[in-house]
Amino acid sequence: MTQADLIVLDQVNKRFGDHHVLRDVNLTVRQGEVVVIIGPSGAGKSTLCRAINRLETIDSGTITLDGTPLPAEGKELARLRAEVGMVFQSFNLFAHKTVLDNVVLGQVHVLKRSKDAAVRKARELLDRVGIGGQADKFPAQLSGGQQQRVAIARALAMDPKAILFDEPTSALDPEMVNEVLDVMTGLAREGMTMVVVTHEMGFARRAADRVVFMADGEIVEQNTPDTFFGAPASDRAQSFLAKILTH
Amino acid sequence: MEALLNEGGTILAAFWMTVRLTAVSALGSLVLGTLLTAMRVAPLASLRATATVYVTVARNTPLTLVLLFTGLGIGANLGLELSDDIATNNFWLAVIGLTAYTSAFVCEALRSGLNTVPVGQAEAARSLGLGFVKTLALITLPQAFRAVVAPLGSILIALTKNTTIALVVGVAEASVRMRELIETYGDQVIEIFLGFAAGFVLLCLPMGLLFGWLSKRLAVAR
Repeated sequence: MTQADLIVLDQVNKRFGDHHVLRDVNLTVRQGEVVVIIGPSGAGKSTLCRAINRLETIDSGTITLDGTPLPAEGKELARLRAEVGMVFQSFNLFAHKTVLDNVVLGQVHVLKRSKDAAVRKARELLDRVGIGGQADKFPAQLSGGQQQRVAIARALAMDPKAILFDEPTSALDPEMVNEVLDVMTGLAREGMTMVVVTHEMGFARRAADRVVFMADGEIVEQNTPDTFFGAPASDRAQSFLAKILTH
Repeated sequence: MEALLNEGGTILAAFWMTVRLTAVSALGSLVLGTLLTAMRVAPLASLRATATVYVTVARNTPLTLVLLFTGLGIGANLGLELSDDIATNNFWLAVIGLTAYTSAFVCEALRSGLNTVPVGQAEAARSLGLGFVKTLALITLPQAFRAVVAPLGSILIALTKNTTIALVVGVAEASVRMRELIETYGDQVIEIFLGFAAGFVLLCLPMGLLFGWLSKRLAVAR
C-alpha cells in the first residue's frame, strides 16, 4: 500500500456569522487510511467532512485532493467530486429513481460508462452490500439501514479514491446500525480511504487507523484508536469520553 | 336549441381551434416555463435577474394587453410574418402571446415544486460529480414536476379558458363563433351561452380529473 497523501487540509477556517466552526484545521489523510472524526455536537465534524468535497465552502485555507487544490466551481470541481464518494446521514437516495438507477446514474452520466456495464457493476455492488434482491424497489420502500447500504453502493460505483461518511448511522434505528457498520468495516479492511464522522465508538476502535477528536471547531488531538481511547491526552477528550463511555 | 343544432359543425370547428391553441401554447409554456425555472435557480446572477424580471412583468400584465401587444405590436407594427396565410399567422401570434403569459405561471409553480425537493437530493447529485444542468435535469426538476402536477393542471385549465381572449388577435376560436351565433340567432342567446359553457366544461373537466389522477400516481414517496 502506498502512503501518498490523498486529502490535505491546510489552515482551513470557516465561519457561520459569528460562529467560528472550523479554526485553523490541518488534517492529512493518506491513501488507504481510515480516519474517524469524533467529538461533541457542534464541534464542526460534519462541516469538516462536507468541506472536503465543497458542499460547504471555506473562508480561508486550502483543501487538496490527490495533489489538486479544490477549485471554486465548475467542471473541475465536479470532476474532483466524482473522485470522492459521500454518504450522508439522511441517505439522500434519489427518491424518484429505483435502487438500481440510483447506483447506475452517476456511472452513466458522469463516468460515461455504457448502460450495460453500469447496470452490471450496480448489481454486483448491490449484491455486495446485501440488497441485490431489492434493486427494482424505490428508496422509500426500503428500511433506513437498507437505504444507507444502497447509498454506500452508489458511492462505490464511482470507483472513488476516498469516501466521506457524514454520520452514516445517526438517523438509523438501533437494530439497523450494525448492518451499515459491517459494510463499512468491510470497506476499511479492503483498503478504502475513508473519513468517517460518527458517534459509534465501537466502529472507531475496530476499524479506524486514526481517531481525530474535534471540539469547538478545532482538532484537539489525534491518535491511534488504542492510544486515544486508552489514554486520551487532552482534558476535553477525557471529559468527552467519560460522558459517553459510562453508559 | 336550433342555433346549436344547425351550426354543430362550425361550433365543433371553433372548439377544435380552441383545443389547438391550448395544446400548442401549453407545450410552449411548459418548455419556456421550465427554462425560466432553470434560470431562476442558476448560479449566474444575470440569468436569475432576467428570469425574475420576465416573470414579474408577464404575470402582472393583463392577458388582453399581452395579446393585443403580440397582435398589434409584434404582428401589425413590427410586421412579424409567421405565415403567408393570415389566419395561420394570427394563430401563431396568439400562441406567442399565450405562451409568453402562461410560462410565467408555469415557472412559479415549478419553482415552488423545486422548494419541496429536499436539499440533500441536490447535494447527493453534486457529490456524484453532476454539474448544475444535469443535477437540475436528472434529479431536482423531475421531482419538482411530480410535486406540482395538480397546480400545472389548474394552469392548463386556466389556459384553455384564456384562449378565448385570442379573439383580439383575430383567431376564430370558440368564443368568436359564439358571438357570431348570438348575432345571427338573437332569440336564442341563453341557449347559445349555455351550449358554449357546456363545451368548455366538457373540455376542462377531463383535464382536472386527469391531472388529479396523475398527481397521485406520480407523487414521489419519501
